[in-house]
Amino acid sequence: MKVPRYTTQKVAFGIITAAAVGVLIPLVLVIAYIVLQGIGAISWEFISAMPRGGMREGGIFPALVGTVWLTIGTAITSIPLGVGAGIYLAEYAPDNWFTRTIRLAIINLAGVPSVVYGLFGLGLFVIFLRFGMSIVAGSLTLGIMTLPVIISTTEQALTSVPQSFRVVNASLGGTTWQGVRKVILRQALPGIMTGVVLGLERAAGETAPILFTVAAFFLPRLPHSIFDQTMALPYHLFVISTQVPGMPIQIQYGTALVLMVFVLTMNLLATLIRRYFRRRRQW
Amino acid sequence: MQTPEMPKDLDWREFLVEQLIRLMGVSAIGFVLLIFLFLVREGVPALVEVPLSNLLGQRWYPTFEVYGLVPLVLGSLLVTVGAIAISLPLGVATAVFIGEIAPDWVREILKPGIEIIAGIPSVVIGFIGIQLVSPLVRQFSGAPTGLTALTGVLLLAYMALPTIISIAEDALDAVPDSYRHAAYALSATQWQTIWRVVLPAARPGIITAVMLGVGRAIGETMTVMMVAGNAARMPLGFDAFLRPVRTMTATIAAEMGEVARGSTHYHVLFVVGLALFILTFLINLAAALAIFRQERGGGRRFLA
Repeated sequence: MKVPRYTTQKVAFGIITAAAVGVLIPLVLVIAYIVLQGIGAISWEFISAMPRGGMREGGIFPALVGTVWLTIGTAITSIPLGVGAGIYLAEYAPDNWFTRTIRLAIINLAGVPSVVYGLFGLGLFVIFLRFGMSIVAGSLTLGIMTLPVIISTTEQALTSVPQSFRVVNASLGGTTWQGVRKVILRQALPGIMTGVVLGLERAAGETAPILFTVAAFFLPRLPHSIFDQTMALPYHLFVISTQVPGMPIQIQYGTALVLMVFVLTMNLLATLIRRYFRRRRQW
Repeated sequence: MQTPEMPKDLDWREFLVEQLIRLMGVSAIGFVLLIFLFLVREGVPALVEVPLSNLLGQRWYPTFEVYGLVPLVLGSLLVTVGAIAISLPLGVATAVFIGEIAPDWVREILKPGIEIIAGIPSVVIGFIGIQLVSPLVRQFSGAPTGLTALTGVLLLAYMALPTIISIAEDALDAVPDSYRHAAYALSATQWQTIWRVVLPAARPGIITAVMLGVGRAIGETMTVMMVAGNAARMPLGFDAFLRPVRTMTATIAAEMGEVARGSTHYHVLFVVGLALFILTFLINLAAALAIFRQERGGGRRFLA
């Protein structure tokens, strides 16, 4: 029997639509469930107090502060280097085997497992450079992990600026660097900012790279300096959901909720930057 | 845009800036080498202290100086293959939906939605796995525990989806519209066009998507450590999916915190890391070469 081809199409489209919807449903369910279960734990004390009673009471303040510090540290280490490398690839790099090697290196950096970054950070920053387990070591490790995202989004943002901007710059006697600094970078800034925020978002939620480089199991005080250990939200969620018996479930969901809000706010920020500037774009 | 030399009329400050930018660009290669160097530096003592027959054994009991890596490698392979088997069809179907079928407003919801999935921290997915998925797995399978390879597979599949969807969609997007128009002109339906023309034309890109998805799944750490049960045994037999399993990544993450620095066990964990690095390096190299062959100088859009 020959099935009419439009029937085949209907069935196929039905299956594909179901698959696409099926991908989104767990996301909505999970976010809704974490919010419902965790909202009860959220209070000013939960956000602003030290953990007490073997972390089963009190708040998550030091973990929250630690994650903020690590995110700032990651930004400081990864943004200048990543944007610089992106500028090189987009505006200066000749099309030859050496540039292709750089691109290969970036693709591979993006694919290195996060726990291997942790080992690398342990070997280089903690042991070899004697930073110890510290915010510096953790930030540098997370920063290098974030580099490929920032480099590639910067390059993308720069190459999407039309060639005519460069031509006009050159015709007015501007050098390449003058063009980059005064024209191209300004045009590409929203794209670069979006990429930076998305990269930092991923770093803020990472656990494996900070396991052996900075994260403290339990440290009920704020870090004294950048050479101090700190608690961090993702590692704290790991600890209280697997390592501490008799942990009240509400605190676990509350911590997961705070981490999700932290990370998704950055995601939202990136989306808003993109939306806002796309409307005001000059080309 | 040529390599900067020092013309006489060029400002020396500008020359410095350009050299600095060049250095930053080249630093990417430096970091890959640096990672490799430090993994080797910390891993090599293990290769000296532990006989190869021990490392290639089938048992992992570090307390008794038995360091067989085979169960860990097989564990990683098991969950990765399982995850890709689920996320490949689901991911490509979603990419086809986004790229070929969906009306604009649905696309506007799906695209940021998928970006959000990519942004959920793996520790949160692991937490959800413990709280919601593992009880379900235990109920449906009748296994004594819900922390099994299957639980890990389900969650890893979900985490590999954003990678596969976005890269597969790029690949579909790169198929020229003239192909579609030609198919319609021959009175093909939209589905026939997708199935017989667009998907085959996009195959190299879809293979790239799968390879990067594999890389993502094999390197995922926190989720598998939290939900897959972590028993370092050979994952063989039909019921392997319903038993706990231990991956290479989870082994490093779980044990590195407890070993004495400089001990044999410590160095062996770096060997595991080195193996992971080389494995993902090869996977990404293959994916990258596939991209370069498609469009010279491309590859950057596949990273973001």
